[in-house]
Amino acid sequence: MSLLTLENVVKRFGGLVAVNNFSTQLQAGELCALIGPNGSGKTTIFNLISGIYEPTEGKITFDEQDVTGKRPDLIAGLGIARTFQNIRLFRGLDVLGNVLVGHHLRLKSDPFSAMLGLPGYSREEHTMREEGMELLDALNLAHLAHEDPTSLPYGQQRKLEIARALATKPRLLLLDEPAAGMIRAESQELMDFIQHILNTVDMTIFLIEHQMRVVKSICPRLIVIDHGEIIAEGEPAAIQNDPRVIEAYLGVGDYATG
Amino acid sequence: MSTTTTTEAGKARRSLRLSRNQILTGIALLVFVGFLIWAQNNLDPYKLRILNLCAVYTIFAVTFNLIFGYTGQLSLGHAGFAAVGAYTAALLTLSVAQKQANFFLAPIIPLLANVEWGFLPAVLVAGVLAAVTGLLIGWPALRLRGDYLAIATLGFGEIIRVMFVNWQRITNGSLGLKGIPGYTNLYWSWGFALITIFVVKKLVDSSYGRALKSIRDDEVAAQALGINLARHKLLAFTLSSFFVGIGGALLANLISTIDPNVFRIFLTYQIVGIAVMGGMGSLTGSTIAAILYTVFLEVLRPIESPFRLGSIQVPGVPGMRMVLFSVLLLAVILFYQKGLFGSKEFSWDWLFEQFSKVRTRLSGAQAAPPAGPQQE
Repeated sequence: MSLLTLENVVKRFGGLVAVNNFSTQLQAGELCALIGPNGSGKTTIFNLISGIYEPTEGKITFDEQDVTGKRPDLIAGLGIARTFQNIRLFRGLDVLGNVLVGHHLRLKSDPFSAMLGLPGYSREEHTMREEGMELLDALNLAHLAHEDPTSLPYGQQRKLEIARALATKPRLLLLDEPAAGMIRAESQELMDFIQHILNTVDMTIFLIEHQMRVVKSICPRLIVIDHGEIIAEGEPAAIQNDPRVIEAYLGVGDYATG
Repeated sequence: MSTTTTTEAGKARRSLRLSRNQILTGIALLVFVGFLIWAQNNLDPYKLRILNLCAVYTIFAVTFNLIFGYTGQLSLGHAGFAAVGAYTAALLTLSVAQKQANFFLAPIIPLLANVEWGFLPAVLVAGVLAAVTGLLIGWPALRLRGDYLAIATLGFGEIIRVMFVNWQRITNGSLGLKGIPGYTNLYWSWGFALITIFVVKKLVDSSYGRALKSIRDDEVAAQALGINLARHKLLAFTLSSFFVGIGGALLANLISTIDPNVFRIFLTYQIVGIAVMGGMGSLTGSTIAAILYTVFLEVLRPIESPFRLGSIQVPGVPGMRMVLFSVLLLAVILFYQKGLFGSKEFSWDWLFEQFSKVRTRLSGAQAAPPAGPQQE
């Protein structure tokens, strides 16, 4: 059974067609990468799934529910979390605080018990903090818990965004260029972590990546888009040899030798 | 083995420090209550009035901070909500005879004519009515952002005032209400101010407070993490209106005469000025700035009457205090861009840190070079 289904999704901005007739399915537990050159519509697709944009046409289904055009917070509540390509951390909160915001949608206490500091709330706050620290620990960020997030190096800010998204306990995680700006060792460590999440938690991951090198080792399936349309889909090995992909994205001479 | 003992020791130390801070907070509160009792019984009415006004402005500034400093929504409707609270409390506490005396142009509506409540229920109803007004205004207005929200709330605040000018049979129009019983004393005013600070502090430190700050910092990211923007903004807005209403009620029963002109936009500007001076996102800052502002305004009163500066005779200029206050505000903004406290709060740990800094400086002066940096 597929967890996420996109059927003939179209997104137009005025006369510009950003996404054209995009259809795909993601199975539960799958790791799939969306690749394509700059401006090919990758992030737009993520924005459509997470509800930031409403599709012009088409239908998006998550876990057999129609989520087309739903509000982002409702979609997040259903179990879709995401990170952003241009890092969007909350600069007024410390590192742990950022993760705890991700936990907020699972909070059961009402505002009154929070503002009066009732025991029921205090207990929840305590568990929340423990879970948050565990998450930070899993991403090797625990020692930075009380730092200002904007003071962190780029790679760690990206990891913090992932931790924050994971704090919502999603079933589908959308990662928008998680390895951008990372050095080779860092991105390898990140891919190991993604593999680790897939092995340990019941999770489906859809990720956008720019560099083929990063994803071809861990993603069994790639979707390549150009100008908002799918031009190839399948295993990395097959994709690499697809002439349309080589032409549109990888660059002819460059990749043939690499 | 050694690591477990150090963490246990750390835990013990932390719980010890927590209790030390709690004791200190308790002592500070007791001292403060002692001061209030002494002041209430020994100070003259003029000084009492200043101290009461300090509390009212503290409530106003802290609630403005909740909406703007923590939630990032620039709302300029404070004067309107204060008016709702003030008129509610005034109409509920005015004696039947005073009401008849007040409403000589047109009689008061029968529903209110024979009401004469105690102070506490009147203040609470004032808060609730202001909160309901806040909810009704915030629901449509909070869809707007930034400048647009500021303009809309400014407009709503003015609408409330104009309505109060025209509701002759409820508010007595521009004649205002006179002879409101002076129930407000230091216990009421500072009691409610402390409750406001406590509740707002608890809220902003809770998960809801983190949600509010996340909305302030990045709405798109906050919403993508499942935070219902409208609901959380409305929470901050309504809670803030509730306490502003209480502040208005305290004000009405303090100054005993109110008319719609008390609640002009100027009141909102004062509140914004205080909150900015104290620092957005700092309740300590709001409180201290509110006290400084109220006291300064009184201390500066003599400069509005004629005085001699050396050989120059300065004529009395009404409103000179505000000019001087504006200059002070400019100076604060020049030297402390983020207000007196920025987004920092007072804490005992911070105070002790300052003490130990001074001590190391003193001992360092005596015996240089100082020993290596102390661990924790």
